[in-house]
Amino acid sequence: MRATRSPRNPALAGWSRENESTMPSALPRADPAPADGLLPSSVTRGWAERDFGVYVHVPFCRVRCGYCDFNTYTADEVRGVKQSDYAGQAVAEIQRAVEILDATGAPRRPVSTVFFGGGTPTLLPVTQLAQLLGSIRDAWGLASDAEITTEANPDSVTAESLAQLAAAGFTRVSFGMQSAVPHVLATLERTHDPERVPLVVEWARAAGLQVSLDLIYGTPGESLDDWRSSLELALEQHPDHVSAYALIVESGTKLARQIARGEIASPDDDVQAEMYELADTVLAERGFSWYELSNWARDAGTRSRHNLSYWTGQDWWGVGPGAHSHVGGVRWWNVKHPAAYAERIAAGVSPAAGRETLDEETRRTETVLLTSRVADGLSISELDLPGRGAIAGLIADGLIDGGAAIRGRVVLTLRGRLLADAVVRRLLGS
Amino acid sequence: MSPRALKSLEPASTDPAKIRNFCIIAHIDHGKSTLADRMLGITGVVSDRDMRAQYLDRMDIERERGITIKSQAVRMPWALNGDTFALNMIDTPGHVDFTYEVSRSLAACEGAILLVDAAQGIEAQTLANLYLALDNDLTIIPVLNKIDLPAADPDKYAKELASLIGGTPDDVLRVSGKTGMGVTELLDRVVELIPAPQGDPNGPARAMIFDSVYDTYRGVVTYVRMIDGKLSPRERIQMMSTKAVHELLEIGVSSPEPTPTKGLGVGEVGYLITGVKDVRQSKVGDTVTNAAKPSTDALPGYTDPKPMVFSGLYPIDGSDYPILREALDKLKLSDASLNYEPETSVALGFGFRCGFLGLLHLEIVTERLEREFGLDLIATAPSVPYEVTTEDKKHFTVTNPSEFPTGTKIASVSEPMVKAAILAPKDYVGTIMELCQSKRGSLLGMEYLGEDRVEIRYAMPLGEIVFDFFDQLKSKTAGYASLDYEPSGEQDADLVKVDILLQGEAVDAFSAIVHRDKAYAYGLLMTERLKKLIPRQQFEVPIQAAIGARIIARESISAMRKDVLAKCYGGDITRKRKLLEKQKEGKKRMKMVGRVEVPQEAFIAALSGDVEGKDPKKK
Repeated sequence: MRATRSPRNPALAGWSRENESTMPSALPRADPAPADGLLPSSVTRGWAERDFGVYVHVPFCRVRCGYCDFNTYTADEVRGVKQSDYAGQAVAEIQRAVEILDATGAPRRPVSTVFFGGGTPTLLPVTQLAQLLGSIRDAWGLASDAEITTEANPDSVTAESLAQLAAAGFTRVSFGMQSAVPHVLATLERTHDPERVPLVVEWARAAGLQVSLDLIYGTPGESLDDWRSSLELALEQHPDHVSAYALIVESGTKLARQIARGEIASPDDDVQAEMYELADTVLAERGFSWYELSNWARDAGTRSRHNLSYWTGQDWWGVGPGAHSHVGGVRWWNVKHPAAYAERIAAGVSPAAGRETLDEETRRTETVLLTSRVADGLSISELDLPGRGAIAGLIADGLIDGGAAIRGRVVLTLRGRLLADAVVRRLLGS
Repeated sequence: MSPRALKSLEPASTDPAKIRNFCIIAHIDHGKSTLADRMLGITGVVSDRDMRAQYLDRMDIERERGITIKSQAVRMPWALNGDTFALNMIDTPGHVDFTYEVSRSLAACEGAILLVDAAQGIEAQTLANLYLALDNDLTIIPVLNKIDLPAADPDKYAKELASLIGGTPDDVLRVSGKTGMGVTELLDRVVELIPAPQGDPNGPARAMIFDSVYDTYRGVVTYVRMIDGKLSPRERIQMMSTKAVHELLEIGVSSPEPTPTKGLGVGEVGYLITGVKDVRQSKVGDTVTNAAKPSTDALPGYTDPKPMVFSGLYPIDGSDYPILREALDKLKLSDASLNYEPETSVALGFGFRCGFLGLLHLEIVTERLEREFGLDLIATAPSVPYEVTTEDKKHFTVTNPSEFPTGTKIASVSEPMVKAAILAPKDYVGTIMELCQSKRGSLLGMEYLGEDRVEIRYAMPLGEIVFDFFDQLKSKTAGYASLDYEPSGEQDADLVKVDILLQGEAVDAFSAIVHRDKAYAYGLLMTERLKKLIPRQQFEVPIQAAIGARIIARESISAMRKDVLAKCYGGDITRKRKLLEKQKEGKKRMKMVGRVEVPQEAFIAALSGDVEGKDPKKK
């Protein structure tokens, strides 16, 4: 079981659609990464203007949920690599990361955000999570207002462990609640006890941690009322932040096979659209506003700064098997298997499996793709001539906000958020 | 039992009394090619080592589909009672589309083997060809094939054949092309029963062309039957229909490989090569004579084949248009009945309007274009030629619904008619009659063949047959019914053009000319089909069927509500960007009808009636 569905970074994401590999999902195809992991000097351009974050992937779960295609493993020992050895390997990668970034000649930047995702990070003993955070602090230092998040499964934390995380420096915990309705949790194969959610939220708050709850909607068999009651129950816990994701059936998952065999119905786009609209309404009533397509926060101070860094083109280093990184227009991703990762680390070789260096056109495409997802929107100056030509039509179709466009920004309307991919295609002239 | 002939008779100087010209009339799958192969083996013209299954069918498609498109002739030696004979086996096409070619092949023979599957009985097309054979005064040798099959019921079908052609069931030979059983006796009977050819050996040369094949290396190979006189190598010959003169570069017989001879004499069957490159210069049915001493009378029966079914062929990838043009130019060399001209469609881009002899011909040409030239094609719904007269007395021949006059008052529309013959077990009579009535057929007659099979004859509009009649007939009779039809004039009918509109814009590829009573059904069928096939757009899309300005059916595709991936975090970015690039590529295969994006596949599926494929997730 993966801890949470949400604030994912690097390691996740199903490639399987393009690359029909078996679970877990495959990595993108790109250039090979150099064995020494060294970066070109071009990455230092605009260095000081960008935040620096660290993502740590913990690729272990107790069980795998039926819908999950993340890079995670359930055995205690995979090809001779023990879970208990993992923290040491990740620390080694962090130490190597310092050398690689230093080699660019750019000054060290204190870390603005750290995110532990998985997998289930809280399967590791708190001491190991603290050790990893400590090595990041030792490497670059943490900014005074650093946001330090871990994903957690309601089953894998106690009042004590949450207090220890806070004491170690964590500021935020993101719980994988997914639903409050037993039959929905059963379809998702989530095994946690929904009754436990209020308890763990209370413990986290007592420990002084900000709390985010992750929800999934559009699970086959889930009614609009089911979804409403999950939202209500989540909001009764007074979280600081809510993520709500439409269930995606990733190929290669057990859920995909169940659907292919006709055992479970396929999620319905129209139903998911209706559920999204319901979520937006209910959340707004309780004082939450969207700041990204699938994320809502009480105020600017409770947004996930780490996740925002992905959409606004900041730098981050992804540590661990399958983790993705981005530094100054270079993206790379590590080998996926924990054993392959361990071998590379032991041999002193970069664990990166592939990388790509983005050219100007690709960067522009990514900027449009990513910043259009956030409430602050995309600057119209990023668009080419045909892209600007599409603006009036998008306003007329009710997909982007006319007032914001006049002020120079592309901001999606509610309808536009549900059709965001189509909006992006029109903005990019495709 | 006859032995193999010890020597062969010399072509060009064979006594007509020792010649037997025959063909095999059979339905697809009734084993004609297997039997022909067996004859080649037993007469020794093909050694067992060289024997390739279905030797006579040259093209892959023919072999795979088990049908013979192009006929050829093989000369085989055979001995009976101490005399040596030359048997010319002329292969005939088996399908209704090629009736004219069949009739010319039959005209080259004195006899025919009527070959019928002992497990299935005679089929409508075979019956049609049998009529043609009897019409040409051919001697018929009835034969039941595949008697080695467990399902064979030779007694039953022997009775059926005897009742058809006269004689007793005992006259029906029983053979197995597969095992060779009975084939020797069959060859003996060919010699005994089929009359020798007759002709004037001293008259001006007259040879009838019964086939014309394009060969990449040799140019056009023309197959002829000598009726009168003699043709020799290096002579100058003349085609009597066009008066074109060619030098005879080679003359010979197939046995079965082409073998040059000193010429061809009365009653003989062989081939001519003149170096021409286009089969249109060597037309089936035409008479070949000697240019120096020409005959004044052409042989009867020559006509120009007339296309009866029209369809637009379009490359799926628009950039393949020049390849399609080249491919059609090449196919034309070997297929005199294919014709085409360029046309443009809003929905499908650049293509060609092609005329075919019938549906099978269309299918064969499309398949050859795809297979031999690597093209991916869409064919529009088949149409037939309509004669339209407007109130100002102008006449048009409309082979494409988009040419149907609009704006002017139409005085009359006439459509081509056919006489259709359907053979089926008697249990299906009711179903078949119902189907034919629904296709505007009128009953001409009905006859029992044997105890439980019936031949039903209808006059029907060809336009109804080319639509989906055959598929429906097959599905409603569990595949038992067989169909044959022949052109039979024209009739005036209340025909209208139905347009299909997407968001108010007509999609030319879907326009159809249908009877007024059927317009609603067609409109409903197409609007429902398109509703299933066209992906949802960001706005609602009305789909309408209209006669002129009058809407007769409507559907609508509701607006797409969700087109977004919920998650896009650090590890998703590269993937998401690549997906976007892929969608951009995919967009190139989209056709725009107004603001509506229609995937090419939706057009293909709508035209082919395959509506199960739509994946609502596809963008």
